[in-house]
Amino acid sequence: MSEKAAYTEYHPRWLRPRMSTYWWLQRRGYVVFILRELSSIFVAWFVVYLLLLVRAVSQGGSSYQQFLRWSGRPAVLLINLVTLLFVVFHAITWFNLAPQAMVVHLGAKRVPGPWIAASNYVAWALSSALVAWLLLGV
Amino acid sequence: MPDRITLQVARYRPEQEYEVTFQEYEVPCPKDWVVLDGLNYVKDRVDGTLSYRWSCRMGICGSCGMTVNGEPKLTCATFLADYAPGPLRVEPLANFPVIRDLVVETGDFMQKLASVKPWIVRQEDKPLSEGEYRQTPEEMDEYQQFSMCINCMLCYAACPIYGLDPHFIGPAAIALAQRYNLDSRDQGAPERLEILSDHAGIWGCTFVGECTKVCPKDVDPAGAIQRYKLNAALDWLKTFFMPRGAR
Repeated sequence: MSEKAAYTEYHPRWLRPRMSTYWWLQRRGYVVFILRELSSIFVAWFVVYLLLLVRAVSQGGSSYQQFLRWSGRPAVLLINLVTLLFVVFHAITWFNLAPQAMVVHLGAKRVPGPWIAASNYVAWALSSALVAWLLLGV
Repeated sequence: MPDRITLQVARYRPEQEYEVTFQEYEVPCPKDWVVLDGLNYVKDRVDGTLSYRWSCRMGICGSCGMTVNGEPKLTCATFLADYAPGPLRVEPLANFPVIRDLVVETGDFMQKLASVKPWIVRQEDKPLSEGEYRQTPEEMDEYQQFSMCINCMLCYAACPIYGLDPHFIGPAAIALAQRYNLDSRDQGAPERLEILSDHAGIWGCTFVGECTKVCPKDVDPAGAIQRYKLNAALDWLKTFFMPRGAR
């Protein structure tokens, strides 16, 4: 036995490797997870942006025009473009995960996972179509 | 296909070193050899001091889990030829203390597993004379997926939450709790919920999902945890909106 023997009171010292600060770069799945978590910030920004829009509309025409001018600034456009990408990523990743969290029965039969994910996409498409119809069709 | 492949094996010998070192061994690489065969070759013919766990060689015992090229794997089901021409890096399972070489300390997992009572809990056992507790195939389908768990701990090695917070009960223990909760013969769900509704239980999970990806038995622990969260949240809501008798 060498002089450097690393013993605790009852047994050889266990090695406890520390987790790297950059653990989230070690696997593709971890990176996707971190991006999905990060996307929450952008979802929150869209909520704030919507509230600002509602406030501008409630304050009258000039306030709304001012909001539109501010929204057209390159920096705001860039933020909203990045936000859109993250929100789409957020929606797609969560829709794809939904079948893992939900077990739905129709009568005695269990609804297959892909159907649950598909129903989310259908609901998304329908609500988008409704918004498009309200904005463009009426 | 090359007839030999190099294994870079993590060594930790507490009597002589404080850190992991890597040792290279060249082993034969026939197409039907798995990583465990390579390690057994080293142990038998090259270096008898190498330590690792194994038993059944057929994906049942769950004892040969290791990290192969950064991925948690059952070494009895991971073919050397898939990594040709190599080299192949073999390390102990991540997120566990290492006792020696590729052997990790599993006491924490065993204690957590027992804490969720992974057995059929009855409030009152019926007398033997009334026969067995019977179950329909549909009732069995509800939990069978989760009963495939072999306690190999690959899911713990893939779970960054467990790595960052060792108090987290972890994927396999929660999946096994769910296996018994969903069993029509079991009545222990309220007892398990007490442990699992804790912050270190289901709410510790942030749905990274890697536990499900690495599971060699398709148990889907991540799914079990999310379903548990859904049930726990619904139960909590019921306490507000429904009279006691209807819950």
